[in-house]
Amino acid sequence: MAAPETSTAAVPTLYTNNTLRNAFGGVLSFFILLLIGVMAFSIRLFSVIKYESVIHEFDPYFNYRVTQFLAKNGIYEFWNWFDDRTWYPLGRVIGGTVYPGLTLTAGTIWWLLNSLNIPLSVETVCVFTAPIFSAFASWATFLLTKEVKGTGAGLTAAALLAMVPSYISRSVAGSYDNEAVAIFALIFTFYLYIKTLNTGSLFYATLNSIAYFYMVCSWGGYTFIINLIPMHVLLCIVTGRFSSRLYIAYAPLVVLGTLLAALVPVVGFNAVMTSEHFASFLVFIILHVVAFVYYIKGILSPKMFKVAVTLVVSVGLAVCCAVIAVLIALVASSPTKGWSGRSLSLLDPTYASKYIPIIASVSEHQPPTWPSYFMDINVLAFLVPAGIIACFSPLSDSSSFVVLYIATSVYFSGVMVRLMLVFAPAACITSGIALSQSFDVFTRSIKFQLPGISSSMEVDAVETSSATAEAQNDAVKTEKSEETSKNRPSKKSKKKEKEKEEKPSTKAKAEKRLLALPLDSSVIFLLLLILLGAFYVVHCVWAAAEAYSAPSIVLTSRSHDGLHVFDDFREAYGWLRHNTDVDDKVASWWDYGYQTTAMANRTVIVDNNTWNNTHIATVGTAMSSPEKAAWEIFHSLDVKYVLVVFGGLVGYPSDDINKFLWMVRIGGGVFPHIKEPDYLRDGQYRIDSQATPTMLNCLMYKLSYYRFVETDGKGFDRVRQTEIGKKYFKLTHFEEVFTTHHWMVRIYKLKPPKNRIRGKTKKSKSKTSSASSRGKRSGTGKKNPWQ
Amino acid sequence: MGKLWAISIASIFILLPFLGNAFSPESPTDRRVLVLLDDSAIKSSHSIYFNSLKSRGFDLEFKLADDPKIALQRYGQYLYDALILFCPSVERFGGSIDLAAILDFVDSGRDLIIAADSSASDLIREVGIECGVDFDEDPSAMVIDHIGYAVSETEGDHTLIASDDLIKSDVILGSKRIEAPILFRGIGHSLNPANNLVLKVLSASPSAYSANPKSKLSTPPSLTGSAISLVSIVQARNNARILITGSLSMFSNRFFRSGVQKAGEKTKHEKSGNEQFLTEISKWVFHERGHLKTVNVKHHKVGETDEPALYRINDELEYSVEIYEWSGKSWDPYVANDVQVQFYMMSPYVLKTMSHNKKGVYSTSFKVPDVYGVFQFKVEYQKLGYTSLSLSKQIPVRPYRHNEYERFIPAAYPYYGAAFSMMAGFFIFSFVHLYSK
Repeated sequence: MAAPETSTAAVPTLYTNNTLRNAFGGVLSFFILLLIGVMAFSIRLFSVIKYESVIHEFDPYFNYRVTQFLAKNGIYEFWNWFDDRTWYPLGRVIGGTVYPGLTLTAGTIWWLLNSLNIPLSVETVCVFTAPIFSAFASWATFLLTKEVKGTGAGLTAAALLAMVPSYISRSVAGSYDNEAVAIFALIFTFYLYIKTLNTGSLFYATLNSIAYFYMVCSWGGYTFIINLIPMHVLLCIVTGRFSSRLYIAYAPLVVLGTLLAALVPVVGFNAVMTSEHFASFLVFIILHVVAFVYYIKGILSPKMFKVAVTLVVSVGLAVCCAVIAVLIALVASSPTKGWSGRSLSLLDPTYASKYIPIIASVSEHQPPTWPSYFMDINVLAFLVPAGIIACFSPLSDSSSFVVLYIATSVYFSGVMVRLMLVFAPAACITSGIALSQSFDVFTRSIKFQLPGISSSMEVDAVETSSATAEAQNDAVKTEKSEETSKNRPSKKSKKKEKEKEEKPSTKAKAEKRLLALPLDSSVIFLLLLILLGAFYVVHCVWAAAEAYSAPSIVLTSRSHDGLHVFDDFREAYGWLRHNTDVDDKVASWWDYGYQTTAMANRTVIVDNNTWNNTHIATVGTAMSSPEKAAWEIFHSLDVKYVLVVFGGLVGYPSDDINKFLWMVRIGGGVFPHIKEPDYLRDGQYRIDSQATPTMLNCLMYKLSYYRFVETDGKGFDRVRQTEIGKKYFKLTHFEEVFTTHHWMVRIYKLKPPKNRIRGKTKKSKSKTSSASSRGKRSGTGKKNPWQ
Repeated sequence: MGKLWAISIASIFILLPFLGNAFSPESPTDRRVLVLLDDSAIKSSHSIYFNSLKSRGFDLEFKLADDPKIALQRYGQYLYDALILFCPSVERFGGSIDLAAILDFVDSGRDLIIAADSSASDLIREVGIECGVDFDEDPSAMVIDHIGYAVSETEGDHTLIASDDLIKSDVILGSKRIEAPILFRGIGHSLNPANNLVLKVLSASPSAYSANPKSKLSTPPSLTGSAISLVSIVQARNNARILITGSLSMFSNRFFRSGVQKAGEKTKHEKSGNEQFLTEISKWVFHERGHLKTVNVKHHKVGETDEPALYRINDELEYSVEIYEWSGKSWDPYVANDVQVQFYMMSPYVLKTMSHNKKGVYSTSFKVPDVYGVFQFKVEYQKLGYTSLSLSKQIPVRPYRHNEYERFIPAAYPYYGAAFSMMAGFFIFSFVHLYSK
């Protein structure tokens, strides 16, 4: 909200003295930016204030664990870290399979603070990394938008980004995930690209490659950059906007960027070998061809040029065909056609659900729903179209980039809910442009029509009129100051462009007056816009405080008798940490792998880094098998404990029973004896008395509902809103060792193989009675606290 | 099922049999045995057998099975290391002993000898069933053999059997061959072939069957031929050992001393094989033979002595373990040529037979495979009559560090050359281009 005020606040402070005014504006915008940064940081602290300073969710726990390792052992050990506590018994080479950007960033911050004798714990640094970087991200947004449409738009966009819910959802304090720094890196890379494009400076081009390198270090989403920028370059070429600035903006990025990207172990040769990167190389070639053509055109006479063109086109076509053939052959030779599964599911949204259940199963890989757009970007959704229109008047290199950015990111966000995060900055930038332009228009209209000041305002109004012109001015100014002798032709052309721009704008001076809107409607619209902005702020603060600040390891619920806190996860992990052997293996669905290794410090079979589908399928198969078969699978993996998450007692919906069909699908994908229809009754997933016998006898059902009927006597599942199908049963191969307070996590131990093997004759009565009495005895200890 | 049990895996070096068991490798001698009798007369009528145990250092305590004071444990501590049930007809034990107590006793690693006879009670049968032995369900049935019976003064009903169909195992029966047939009178039992813990030591001849000798056979007997086991042994997973037989009288002084002549054979043995057979097998049951222990599991890189926390792929390593066998008095080196070590991750990557130095030290050396992961050194040694050894020791194998790869690869010299010549060329070109005019 600060940004709109700037343009209104700037109005009364206008002086005829331009430099003083600029200086004042500069100082003001500096302070506004500072405040935006403070706001971006502080709006993300709700989670710390409402809950506590903890790491959130799943992936952040892994990052936290890696950061701890880095802080303790140094970068070389981190680089070569072979982790034997996950993916047992395969292990995982952490150093070569993580994007190290986030870890290195937080590690560096921690090291820096410690060497300054500020003894913060690694956890604190990790918790606050994301809010700090969201402040950086909003400043980067300011820079980018300023390059495109001037300071006013920049400030508005920065303010919008600082509190856009979509970004808040991934960067609240404690949400220590790659995206936290990656969004900053993404915007900053784009800014440097636009900056290079506007200035044609090799210095910025180099910085751009380094920013790109940081992005590659941080997040797999860097492929978005390396595809979007080539697309923009191609767009510029096609629309006849080729210039040496474009060349400087792009060619060093591809060469240096690819070299740097190949240095990141997790990317390595992928930087030149996978299809995600092919577009950049293709455009690189095209760019050179185009540059060459321009060069030839310059030294040949028009007639000769025509001859040369026909010659080159015929030869070029042949070469192109050959190159394309080679490319196709290369692509076809790789099994997935050179595309990774996640990227393929981007291009074909139905790909994942058809072929890769493990990708489709991740909730953040699902397509978003319409309400989630309103939730995540709120009023920006209405401002974006206006912003796009604003970008077209007039269309410059940089504004065409913004248009391209928003168009592609809208598509991607529609495919995968996670990529809403990439869309959010684009939406903020365009909305910022839209807001600031409309404020411009309305305030100008008011200014022209207010009696008294209109005459003196006229000149100033013209000067502030076109934001693009201003941007161009800025660009030229920086060019003057920074560039000395290089790029003379481009500078000249720039000057010419500038003159061209100036001329129509002076002509427009007279027309502007006529274009002004009526005073009353301007005022009303201005008020409405402010109202819209206010609504946005209210929504963002609400989203930050209520919707996105839950750490998901601690849950709360408000009921008529007050606030309930569900701290079952930490209770369970704490139990594991203190009551099991250091080398014991814990099996659970992969969602809880990272947390188990980080919080319980126990070896897990699978975790959230879903690199080995077969291993996950093995666990899925075990969970969907009957007890004995499951025991055999787990025993062959040396598993000692099995952990299941069960929400039926308190109504926690994302429990293992609700995820169970994915286990069946993923397991069945590798082990065909697990068939999904066996678990469904007439295509319906149910756990009540109508459920199939396979379902009622599978391990997941048994481990979830073991002794559940003892809580309320009926076995009523509050998530599925039904009574369970099989209420009284015993476990033969597993024994319950721990159930948390609200039954949300249940831990079972594998029974050892029997010491003796019984004969054939039926079991005696005395034995069974003693066993059942034992069961009852242990059962009385736990009672449902909520019945 | 059997296959599954064979895959017994433990996270770290576990030796199940030694965890708080009666037979401890630290103090294997001085063992207390509780003998429960139906009738105190058995104490004298079976005195040869009891004396042979006493002479081997066992401390026998005789109690009547319905003595109200008997107990196997007090304050959670077992009072005895072994239990002999010579009380086939007991319906209820006195004191705190019941079926579950006996099974817990066995599951704690202690040994058990059960002798039943034709009057065997349900309780004794159930103990047998829990150990994997099914006595003939017909309560009046006995093992009858009209061909393999023992010749005696009175032509009886052929329930006194002379059997010599013994298991061939020196560990169980001793190295000295048992010449004379073994006298048996009692009930037969059958074993589940899928049960790999139980072994038939003395089996009936193919002509034997189990039926009531006093009544006429109306239906075909349920147990026939060599499927009938007369004496069986069980070695539980925790290496507790159990001897089960359907004849109490085979332990008696009368059977020990009597001569034996098998029907249809000329040779008449002066003395039956019972004494030798039962003494030898009691040595096995009480762990005086065939009990192995492993100590000093070591592994290290070739040329080093310290055990590393983890190996790198393609390391050369040495593995050694010492195996000893209890001889009744001392731990002697165990000598065999079939002890193998596995380097195991989901499946054995390396499987090598270890060589030994005749002093119990088994060792081998091999190269770590070119696969990283969490491996285990595994020794799974299961040999007939011996306690099963199951060692596993976890050891991670890491890939190369970033600086352990070859620095300059000869095959890449053309590329190095290309890179440097390119740089030089570019420098010269720039120089010429900039300053040529």
